Amino acid sequence: METVLAFVIGGLYAAGIYSILRRSLIKLVIGLIFLGNASNLLIFTAAGLTKGKPPIISKESITEVAEYADPLPQAMILTAIVISFGVLAFVLVLIQRAYKMIGSDDIDEMRGR
Amino acid sequence: MQILIVLPIIIPFATAIIAFLARKWRLVQRVWGTVGAAGLLIVAVMLFKIVHQDGIQSVQIGQWPAPYGITIVVDLFSAVMVIMAGIIAFTVSIYSLIDIDEQRLAFGYFPLLHILLMGINGAFITGDIFNLYVWFEVMLIASFVLLAFGGRRLQMEAAVKYVTLNLVSSALFLAGVGILYGKIGTLNMADLAQKLAIEPQSHLISSSAMLFLVAFGIKAGVFPLFFWLPASYHRPPAAVSAIFAGLLTKVGVYALIRVFTLIFVHNLEFTHSLIIVIAGFTMVTGVLGAVAQYGMRRLLAFHIISQIGYMIMGLGLFTPLALAGVLVFIVHNIIAKSNLFLISGIVHRLRGSYHLKEVGGLYKTNPGLAILFMIPALSLAGVPPLSGFFAKFILIKAGLEVQNYYIVAVALIVSVLTLFSMTKIWNEVFWKDMPVSIDKKMSTKTNLTSKQYILLVAPVCMLAIITITIGLGSEWIFGVAKQAAEQLLDPTDYINAVFGGKS
Amino acid sequence: MMHSIILAIATRYLSPLIFLFSLIFLFRGHNSPGGGFIGGLLAAGGFVLYSTAFCVTSAKKKLIIDPRTLIGIGLLISFISAFLSLFSGKQFMTDIWWEVTLPLLGKWSVGTPFFFDIGVYFVVAGVTLTIIFSLSEE
Repeated sequence: METVLAFVIGGLYAAGIYSILRRSLIKLVIGLIFLGNASNLLIFTAAGLTKGKPPIISKESITEVAEYADPLPQAMILTAIVISFGVLAFVLVLIQRAYKMIGSDDIDEMRGR
Repeated sequence: MQILIVLPIIIPFATAIIAFLARKWRLVQRVWGTVGAAGLLIVAVMLFKIVHQDGIQSVQIGQWPAPYGITIVVDLFSAVMVIMAGIIAFTVSIYSLIDIDEQRLAFGYFPLLHILLMGINGAFITGDIFNLYVWFEVMLIASFVLLAFGGRRLQMEAAVKYVTLNLVSSALFLAGVGILYGKIGTLNMADLAQKLAIEPQSHLISSSAMLFLVAFGIKAGVFPLFFWLPASYHRPPAAVSAIFAGLLTKVGVYALIRVFTLIFVHNLEFTHSLIIVIAGFTMVTGVLGAVAQYGMRRLLAFHIISQIGYMIMGLGLFTPLALAGVLVFIVHNIIAKSNLFLISGIVHRLRGSYHLKEVGGLYKTNPGLAILFMIPALSLAGVPPLSGFFAKFILIKAGLEVQNYYIVAVALIVSVLTLFSMTKIWNEVFWKDMPVSIDKKMSTKTNLTSKQYILLVAPVCMLAIITITIGLGSEWIFGVAKQAAEQLLDPTDYINAVFGGKS
Repeated sequence: MMHSIILAIATRYLSPLIFLFSLIFLFRGHNSPGGGFIGGLLAAGGFVLYSTAFCVTSAKKKLIIDPRTLIGIGLLISFISAFLSLFSGKQFMTDIWWEVTLPLLGKWSVGTPFFFDIGVYFVVAGVTLTIIFSLSEE
């Protein structure tokens, strides 16, 4: 499973960087989303995968030494997702404004005086 | 007492909320925004006093014990940085009373400014690496909006560049945190330091260190990663660019110093020699970039980069003296740089342009302003008895001590070139006569009443006085910096403060 | 915007349901899946659906209060909830719980994390709506 996820992460980073290097503004945003999600998956994978064991332990089984997933990476990813939600929403507004002002989503068009 | 430690986060937050709810009433916003900034400054000074007397302070948020919960730690370095944030916040708030137009004010300038300050302070005082990420994001969201809003076309371009590179940096930061957590299994910085000291080195730690170096390097604006900085810092209103110039890149530098003195210290000949090389290139490219510039704020933005080089150089040298030098340098640089940006805003007000070829003759009309410009400008170039001289002197002495003559030579040459840039601004803006062809445009410039002028100049005066005071009182400040550098180099106190019974 | 009778009629019945559902998510929070963030998103979703079915102005009218004010109120609630622990001599942001007996519902424990969640609910709903309204403005 780790190997598969490693390839997925690599693919996401590659796709993200490729999209960022395009000239289109909207592809830039998509690239940023890829990069953010690649990092989230990286945290998830690097911290170790636990199959089928939720990070929540019920009160009854608290004394048993049951295996359970590490809740911290999940909490981190959740926080990162929430933050990137906010940032990307703002970026979208920014890009929409820019698009309206310039009438094109080509980054090079933004420059001219 | 306990609450005082988190107040640098709480005060800007409370100010922002109230200013946001009262955004319809502009007078309330203005007054409240300034009062909040003043409160932050007072709290910062109180906090510094306590840390200076009693040592490193810490709070466990929500009473979760140290490695599990989020710890807020204030050592001398953090305390000094919080004071700097307070000073800049207060002066820029006063400046904003005039500089920020009604439209931006109604949009929520003051709430955003204080959210930005909350993020900056949070980054300075947190003891948790993931929490640091969160504060960075808080800071970035606020700065994105501050940079973009009220946007004209060129401001949009600046904002897109800034947003993209900073988001890339956040993704890398997150990846670094993920690898570090996967390897060590903790996020608390003190705990990380402890565990890494026992654990044998692995390659993953070095790759994580490099991810941090790149991520913070983008935020700080070091050599190959600084391109967003001169592209964006000269676009927003002067007050905003002053706070960006003073504080934002310094948060990146702070994070670099924190991480590379506390966590990644086991592969010194690799990481820190790399940092020195980066520092050299940063200084040179920054100052050479500035030589070619004729926009006043663009020129100053390139100088931010070259000054960042000095700070990184001290980190790379990694001796107590060098780190003390970095501290003095950061303090000096925040004050001087913000001041120069504020002055550039006044010049723009008086002459209607930032371009050096289109302004002039200010020495004749505003000799006071000219002298006020000389203080931070000469300080930046490193002329004694001003603050910059001592900062550079300590750094160069530290460089000579470890016999790293290359970096010392680079630092000295860059210093001379800085002086050249500053005299260029002086000649073009203040000394030469107003270009005749532009005179017609003068009629379009904004007219300032004397009350407005005083409100714009007052913060400049304050910062100039601080620059002189730092220069004259450098003995005492150097003492504090040395103490802070010792705390940084020997993390035992830091770890004890996080885990010890003090909380 | 879009003029679809099916969507318009469905929205009339769906959006109150979505809103109710968001409240359920909010109240379930803290110890079970749910909470302020997802609740706020759902609530915003209800209004977004309304604005798609009718128009942005009518959705704004339905909301009554400016979404930006919602952000401010939410921040204020969360902020105050973080402070309550200081009055009982605990550290900043420590959770405090009270047992409340409500008519009909029976015993219920209310704590500062719940107030924090309410604040988050408002903030998330406010931010989402602010952004979506400003995106869909002409």
